[in-house]
Amino acid sequence: MANKEILICTGTGCLSSGAEDIEARLVELLKQHDLEKEYPVKEVIKKTGCLGPCSLGPTMIIMPEKTFYGRLQVSDVEIIVEEHLMKGEVVSSLLTEDSHHHPIEDYTQIDFMKGQMRIALRNTGLLDPNSINDYIAKDGYKALHKVLTEMSQEQVIEEIKTSQLRGRGGAGFPTGLKWEFTRKAVGDQKYVVCNADEGDPGAFMDRSILEGDPHSIIEAMTIAGYSVGAGQGYVYVRAEYPLAVKNLSLAIEDARLAGYLGEDIFNTGFKFDLEIRVGAGAFVCGEETALIASIEGERGQPRPKPPFPANSGLWGKPTLINNVETYANIVPIILQGSSWFNSIGTETSKGTKVFAIAGDVNQTGLIEVPMGTTLREIIFDIAGGIPGGREFKAAQTGGPSGGTIPPEYLDLPIDYESLKKIGAIVGSGGLIVMDDRSCMVDVARYFLDFTQDESCGKCIPCRIGTKRMLEILERITIGEGQSGDIDRLISLGNTIKETSLCGLGQTAPNPVLSTLQFFRDEYETHINEKNCPARHCKALVGSYTIDPEKCVGCGLCAKKCPVEAIKGEKKQPYKINSDKCTVCGVCVTTCPVDAIS
Amino acid sequence: MAVAISASQRKFERVNEIIQKHNGKKSALIAILQEIQEEYRYLPEEILTYVATAMDLSPATVFGVATFYAQFSLEPKGKYIIKVCDGTACHVRGSGPLYKSIRKKVGLQDGKFTTEDMNFTVETVSCLGACGLAPVVTINEKVYGQMTPEGIEIIIEKLMGKEDNQ
Ligand SMILES: Cc1cc2nc3c(=O)[nH]c(=O)nc-3n(C[C@H](O)[C@H](O)[C@H](O)COP(=O)(O)O)c2cc1C
Ligand code: FES
Repeated sequence: MANKEILICTGTGCLSSGAEDIEARLVELLKQHDLEKEYPVKEVIKKTGCLGPCSLGPTMIIMPEKTFYGRLQVSDVEIIVEEHLMKGEVVSSLLTEDSHHHPIEDYTQIDFMKGQMRIALRNTGLLDPNSINDYIAKDGYKALHKVLTEMSQEQVIEEIKTSQLRGRGGAGFPTGLKWEFTRKAVGDQKYVVCNADEGDPGAFMDRSILEGDPHSIIEAMTIAGYSVGAGQGYVYVRAEYPLAVKNLSLAIEDARLAGYLGEDIFNTGFKFDLEIRVGAGAFVCGEETALIASIEGERGQPRPKPPFPANSGLWGKPTLINNVETYANIVPIILQGSSWFNSIGTETSKGTKVFAIAGDVNQTGLIEVPMGTTLREIIFDIAGGIPGGREFKAAQTGGPSGGTIPPEYLDLPIDYESLKKIGAIVGSGGLIVMDDRSCMVDVARYFLDFTQDESCGKCIPCRIGTKRMLEILERITIGEGQSGDIDRLISLGNTIKETSLCGLGQTAPNPVLSTLQFFRDEYETHINEKNCPARHCKALVGSYTIDPEKCVGCGLCAKKCPVEAIKGEKKQPYKINSDKCTVCGVCVTTCPVDAIS
Repeated sequence: MAVAISASQRKFERVNEIIQKHNGKKSALIAILQEIQEEYRYLPEEILTYVATAMDLSPATVFGVATFYAQFSLEPKGKYIIKVCDGTACHVRGSGPLYKSIRKKVGLQDGKFTTEDMNFTVETVSCLGACGLAPVVTINEKVYGQMTPEGIEIIIEKLMGKEDNQ
């Protein structure tokens, strides 16, 4: 008989939308209704990591029926207990609707999940990350057993090579090759490192995997340790992820107690252990040589490569560095075989990629799809399109190292090569959707501001060059752009790309160059006409105005204006005092009828 | 005076414990500073100098690390640390106006990040990894998603009320 389970997502997203109250209420009601025999709280209620559809939180899945209830309020729990648990009747009013407004019961069939293929995210949201038994019940540590008892180091590496898995941390380097280099490197001591610095603002898949399925990373790193000949591993987690650190620490302790970490794992004589290092807030530490410096306790500054970490990494020893999502693919490849894995995806990019979709889109969250899926499928079929019926203007991928994708490429199958061709990158998988109210010059300025701030200062092109670019972008957005500024941006950008020391500088101009490629006219309007077509740049918009034809006189804008610049009488068109208006944009987003611009 | 000395000795005692816990290893410097900051809410200058001496490092090394990472603060912070996420997702969903209205609510003047009464520190941070709920604000460890200027004002008012009643 399939087990009864009630899965409550307690990832960072759902926690902040009130998942703990939902759980408390459920426990209380099970007691009240004397259901504890049938539903023993400890065994049945699973507090899981992030399932993915963050904007539907807080969520609950009832197993084995797979019933999905989303956007729960505390008062809904009583209905679920009385109807679903006691009478066995699905509460259709709490189900999620598909795009045709049909209620969908099975969580795998809701629009957000249907188009997905979950390999890296196979367990997140479906098991209790603090329970090693839950992980073992889902074939956990079987791959490690198989590797240690049946496979040679060469065989494991061959399997990873044949799978054609490529690094998910940004650069897409073939993982099997990297393992082979590290194995072949000469050294008495070797290390395995997991890069969980996840610096791209807008990406959060690594956080979700560590929070929701920490054992999968421990198992994969131990397999990697065996394959390359390392006895010690480090997970470098960024400081902003306290829950990931907590869940991973507990998982490491449990794995040690169960004998999956430490001495003589599975009585094979192989020994391996893990330590967590918490970052301290520096984007550049995601770069592998800077990360190594940071683990050593230094300022996190990168150094020139070669030598690559595979030959000279932590304390000068051969070191394997992979990203969290890369590791999350290892166990399935070992268990299901490389030919299964390399049958998924495109010619050059195998398997799946997790995208963190956010911004102006109906359903935000984590989406894992086969390589080769189009943006249209991701944004419109899975994530439900743009809110308020507005127009899709662009998608930004790869964060501060990436580029912007305009509507004409919505049907391009996404993989490492196809995005590179149009000046964007898959990168870590951050995917920010923007509607017609986003100004592309401001987006470029935002990213340059970020990289400029995060530049470690070691090399001049990156330190000074990004500053010069930022100054030009800033003056364009305040209406002081000069003719020739566009050419200056392009030439500066190309120089910085070619001469910077590390990947940070080498990719920093990308957001600018890519928006220039597709939205050059928007830059020109800013410079020549001193106007921002998206009506976003404060200095150029001057003041917002209310369209008296559209205004219904609800007064919401006046209530929300932080500087009290809006006055009017109910049911009459309101007016904005242009002297007071700071163009903060609160009223624009507040207005229910879109009358303000 | 005697009181001041014993207080400062006690201060270093805790620092000593933290350093010893990590066996004074240089590679643990970041972790040591993190724990010290947790204890004192910032990194007082004399403690950094002390750490350098105790760990046999140059003060420049310790200050170099302390100033490199955004997480470390050499200035005291308020009781409530309000962090407004300015990651990409939050940025396009209006973290700018949110930040402004929070500063206004707690009464911060230009160039200041902590209120005079040491109750509030307001800062921006890079992505908190809750982009699905943009814009996101955290107050101490608690995460608030899909925040509006109005919503956060109510929360801040509650905190202010709590402080006034004490
Ligand atoms: C500025 C910069 C930031 C980076 N940030 C990250 C990061 O946050 N996470 C990550 O996994 N890789 C990051 N990388 C890539 C790493 O240097 C490295 O390529 C990666 O960890 C290798 O793992 P993979 O082969 O599994 O992708 C960054 C690179 C640069 C240049
Ligand atoms: S951008 Fe704000 S949480 Fe990611």
